[in-house]
Amino acid sequence: MVAAIAGRIEQEAVAAGGRVATSHGMTVVTLLPENLLGVIRRLKAELGFDLLLDVTAVDWPERTPRFDVVYHLYSTTQHVRVRVKTAVSEGEPVVESLVSLYGSAGFAERECHDMYGIVFRGNADLRPILLYEGFTGHPLRKDYPKLAEQPLVPYRTERT
Amino acid sequence: MTPPFDSGLPNPVRPAFERGERDDAVIVNIGPSHPATHGTIQVIAMLDGEKVERVDIHCGFLHRGFEKECEDHTWHNLIPYVDRLNYVSALVNDFAYCEAVETLMGVEITPRCRYLRTLLSEYSRIADHLTCIAASLMELGAMTAFLYMVMIRDYIYEHLADLTGARVTYSYGRIGGLARDLPEGWLARLGEILDKYEMFVGRIHGLMDRNRIFIDRTRDVGVLSTTDAINWGFTGPMLRSTGAPRDLRKDTPYLAYAELDFDVPVGIKGDNYDRYYVRMREMDESVYMIRQLMDMLPAGPLNVDDRRCTFPDKTLVYTEIESLINHFKLVMDGPVVPAGEVYTAHEAPNGELGFYLVSAGGGTPYKVHVRSPSFVHMGGTHRLLEGYQLADIIPTFGSVNMIGGECDR
Repeated sequence: MVAAIAGRIEQEAVAAGGRVATSHGMTVVTLLPENLLGVIRRLKAELGFDLLLDVTAVDWPERTPRFDVVYHLYSTTQHVRVRVKTAVSEGEPVVESLVSLYGSAGFAERECHDMYGIVFRGNADLRPILLYEGFTGHPLRKDYPKLAEQPLVPYRTERT
Repeated sequence: MTPPFDSGLPNPVRPAFERGERDDAVIVNIGPSHPATHGTIQVIAMLDGEKVERVDIHCGFLHRGFEKECEDHTWHNLIPYVDRLNYVSALVNDFAYCEAVETLMGVEITPRCRYLRTLLSEYSRIADHLTCIAASLMELGAMTAFLYMVMIRDYIYEHLADLTGARVTYSYGRIGGLARDLPEGWLARLGEILDKYEMFVGRIHGLMDRNRIFIDRTRDVGVLSTTDAINWGFTGPMLRSTGAPRDLRKDTPYLAYAELDFDVPVGIKGDNYDRYYVRMREMDESVYMIRQLMDMLPAGPLNVDDRRCTFPDKTLVYTEIESLINHFKLVMDGPVVPAGEVYTAHEAPNGELGFYLVSAGGGTPYKVHVRSPSFVHMGGTHRLLEGYQLADIIPTFGSVNMIGGECDR
């Protein structure tokens, strides 16, 4: 069952020019950013990956392109997980948003935008969620020092 | 329109809407420090009379930079940190995190450890559900039910303090095992507490299940369909209350769940009453599982005999040089975890708790990411609040059981 799904994921990924590997029992699909939305749409429609668990990124400062954007999907009918990764550069950290497919992408992409500065094209609501308005920098990037201090916010006066 | 504040700085939170399409819509702000929202969370609601038209939820007030901090400590040192994610059922976080690291290292835990972790996970689930139900009942005015439930929870906390030395944040998991074995008489006391639990939860059923006031406040309030729940990423009791029997303990069994006999309770229509009842029934199933596990618990070693992660015996550390070096390396450098990445998910009391770990092959993690159920649930909670009354925000919010520690990390 799981092997059959993995085979079909591989077909989909290879058709879109991606690579497939297995890591600790989970199928990992690596795609180019431009193919991401199409493949995930097909994973959802054809293979039943109906639950978007998580969106995050990994920062590899020495590597080009610098960031990996990582998605975890789960199929509530087949009980299989898949990890989808796509690499984006520091100069243009843009991927297509998944909000058209999954409601849960909204908050997850907001968090990823907060923490890594990845821009999700099509997500109209990338306001800070774990950080606050006016926070400078992206704290989970490796070049953000752990002890960096944000400028002090002056006392907010009465409503005028 | 003039800016609302004259400091020239943006507000810490920018609401998604300023003014309704209609002039008579009122925008109210609830939280982030409000006695009725357990947890610091800000709910900005647009009201038409008493009816909630739109909701914008903001979290992050408890953000402590957990994931950043993790990148600066050894794999062992993270265990107290993960305790402080969902601090109501800290053991589940411990075990999920430890299992993720063990998967990366290729360590297989001993049978006794596996059964004990399962038992303690279920025990934590009872404590978590008791807290959730007790708090949301109290917010509806049911003080007796609240006191009954937190009394049982306190028995559990004290009992776990006997085992781990702490009431709430236990730091009890270890990579490759557990901190210490059961003290004498612990299982006997566990049996007593489960009996007490049954007596008091029976009283809760008598007080609440057919209570007119309770049903009026919870039935058909905060209704969620299965399709919506999956679209918004809901897992755990929230998803099961909509009627979908999705439970990681059954679907992708981990620890010792494959060997246990238990049911997955589901709701009928995913309203507040269903969420209350699903949690009540899940606690009964947990008790049933714990009783099975008490009989199944095998003797034998608790920790794996693997010098990469398990600390050597203290007497050996003081008497032979190899163990001293081993201990030193484990403390100073941390256990060496092979490069790679892993995603491990456990069925936490609130839903799927996933740890995504990336190792670059050293004693400290390259990246730690937590898929916390509370944060994902906050992304969809507006669907439960919109269209209902202002006064329904509090019971609905209580039934989601947002835990600030794991939501904001």
